[in-house]
Amino acid sequence: MKFKVNNEEVFASTGGRPFDKNKPLIIFVHGSGLTHMTWVLQTRYFAFHGYSVLALDLPGHGLSGGKSLKSIEDMAEWVSDVIDAVGYKEASLVGHSQGCLVTIECASRYPNKIKTLSLMGGAGAIPMNPELLALAENGDPKAVDLMMDWAHGPAGHFGGHPVPGLYHINTGGMLAKSRTIKDTLGVDFRACDNYKNGFEAAKKIKIPTLSILATDDKMCPVREGRKLADLIDGSKVDIIDNCGHMMLLEEADRVLKVLKNFITTNYPTK
Amino acid sequence: MSDENKKKGTDPKTYKFDTLSLHAGYQPHKNAGSRQVPIYQTTSYLFDDVDHAAALFNLERGGHIYSRISNPTVGVLEERVASLEGGTAALATSSGMSAIFLTVMTLCEAGDHLVVSSQLYGGTVNLFRLTLPKFGIKCTFVKPRDTEGFKKAIQKNTKGIFGELVGNPGNELMNMPEVAKIAHDAGIPLIVDATYQTPYLCKPFEHGADIVVHSLTKWMAGHGSSMAGILVEGGNFDWMQNDKFPTMTKPYEGYHGLSFAEEFGPTAFTMKARAEGMRDFGPCLSPQNAWNVLQGIETLSVRMKKHCSNAEEMVKYLLAHESVAWVSHPSVPDHPDNKLAKKLLPNGRGSMIAFGIKGGKDAGVAFINNVKLASHLANVGDTRTLVIHPASGTHSQMDEATLKFAGLSHDMIRLSVGIEDIDDIKNDFEIGFRAARKPRLVSNQ
Repeated sequence: MKFKVNNEEVFASTGGRPFDKNKPLIIFVHGSGLTHMTWVLQTRYFAFHGYSVLALDLPGHGLSGGKSLKSIEDMAEWVSDVIDAVGYKEASLVGHSQGCLVTIECASRYPNKIKTLSLMGGAGAIPMNPELLALAENGDPKAVDLMMDWAHGPAGHFGGHPVPGLYHINTGGMLAKSRTIKDTLGVDFRACDNYKNGFEAAKKIKIPTLSILATDDKMCPVREGRKLADLIDGSKVDIIDNCGHMMLLEEADRVLKVLKNFITTNYPTK
Repeated sequence: MSDENKKKGTDPKTYKFDTLSLHAGYQPHKNAGSRQVPIYQTTSYLFDDVDHAAALFNLERGGHIYSRISNPTVGVLEERVASLEGGTAALATSSGMSAIFLTVMTLCEAGDHLVVSSQLYGGTVNLFRLTLPKFGIKCTFVKPRDTEGFKKAIQKNTKGIFGELVGNPGNELMNMPEVAKIAHDAGIPLIVDATYQTPYLCKPFEHGADIVVHSLTKWMAGHGSSMAGILVEGGNFDWMQNDKFPTMTKPYEGYHGLSFAEEFGPTAFTMKARAEGMRDFGPCLSPQNAWNVLQGIETLSVRMKKHCSNAEEMVKYLLAHESVAWVSHPSVPDHPDNKLAKKLLPNGRGSMIAFGIKGGKDAGVAFINNVKLASHLANVGDTRTLVIHPASGTHSQMDEATLKFAGLSHDMIRLSVGIEDIDDIKNDFEIGFRAARKPRLVSNQ
């Protein structure tokens, strides 16, 4: 569905069901340079099971208008604005990669507004490889190819998509190329590289939090995810074997199972 | 670290063509450690519970329901071909013709129009010329080299351009990059039948195509054993750029108001072709045939090299032969598309040759009736050398005018060069040519 935040048009997938303000809200925040479509194998389930879902396209990404936001802090404020814009007082947040930085920052700023936090392939900081950052800022498609290479584990490189006929790496790559690379991936990577408040933000979070990590994640390795999770009181950690950073596609069923248990327990439908 | 090594460090390490041919789409650790792809010879799949069943039917989760819609063995083939083509997704079908039909039915509704290259496999011509009009879908044919003609033929209700990159059987090339630009300027996709090329010779997505179809029966499977087809999606076409594709962009009643373009973006076309097309038309590929095709793809690049080198040898042999009136193959220096072929087909110009035999139809018949090693049959892309006389075989259902428009003549022989020893193929052809020079004498024996 489309709505406005700060006078700019925002697109969010509602998971194939009409948006219903009487249901609890789950907001999904995608990773660098990507779009709402990365969440398709999680959002539709929740939308069909009693939740209102918004898988956002960040400003300047996917089908949303406006320009990409330049800092994680701005993105965190924007997510809070989204909750207001759709008429809710609270929401559960789910983030992937850069989306984890955004949701951590948002949850630390708005402790009464955010009810649960689910982090996939998250870390307290995501410093960028300088060469990858330069390629993305120059709009070089090689940046996307490198990201897709590093973001998929060895098993994911062979394929084996849960949806028959879809090929992971090329699908992810095409999502990241759907808008101008330097204006999406380049801006996002710089925002990740600049963000230094992740560990401090994590210390402030007191809500139920889940971290899903993957053994073959090169971009946000398990040790970094654990370091972050250890700072959040009572945080749960789930580790997926034979899987890389794109766990929400590579092991979509496993991710959904863990996410479903966590959200339905900690943020149940009415 | 040297600058050169640093540069190498930033190169993606994603698997390359020959490796993908063997491994893409399959993870042994999820299949009991079976090194070979298992043949899932089953119609249907157990649901964990009612919720799981509903989730699969609602496209909430990936997985298999019924083998008409999807099958794990077929799924490996689909991913493998998608990976080799550089596509986002693929849908395998029971034949190349069903892949084309499903593509058209996913793209078009009654009242729509397509612009189609005139030089196509005869069955494809008849689909566009005679069968699709019965569904209210009309087509305008344009000669493959008439690039401007494609532009002129586009109407308000045109939903796509379709063509074979190298036309069957005349070997005329469609200028894919330019035709793609024409299509994209009009806000419609370019669909390319790349059966003759396989992704080893050309990846049409790199030249602007949006959807690629194959008869996998041919070089991809390669051994003349199994029928199969596939449609592959490039993922780059924006279905939401205009209002031409409401079935892709508007809520679809068949799946609770799902908008395929919004929900699946770069894989929307394949998702719709499967969810709607396989559900309603059902031209599914059998798992056994999918497995047979996978065996072929494992050696695709090895075979294609040999096919192409043998074809180039045969071109030289035919050009120098006293019984041959003309030879058409993109490698021939004075072929009108020679330069374009070098650009689009850098790894080889393919193994399909058309040639004219001196003495016309009678000589052609005598030639085909007398070769012993080359097989006379209605197929191409077998490991074995194949010959046919199109005017009396594959394209025999066309009238004279259509034959002429499609670039066919009565002296034409279509040759699909196999991977036998090249000397044996030439020796066999000598027998055929000898008979062709004395057609009456031989045919009376």
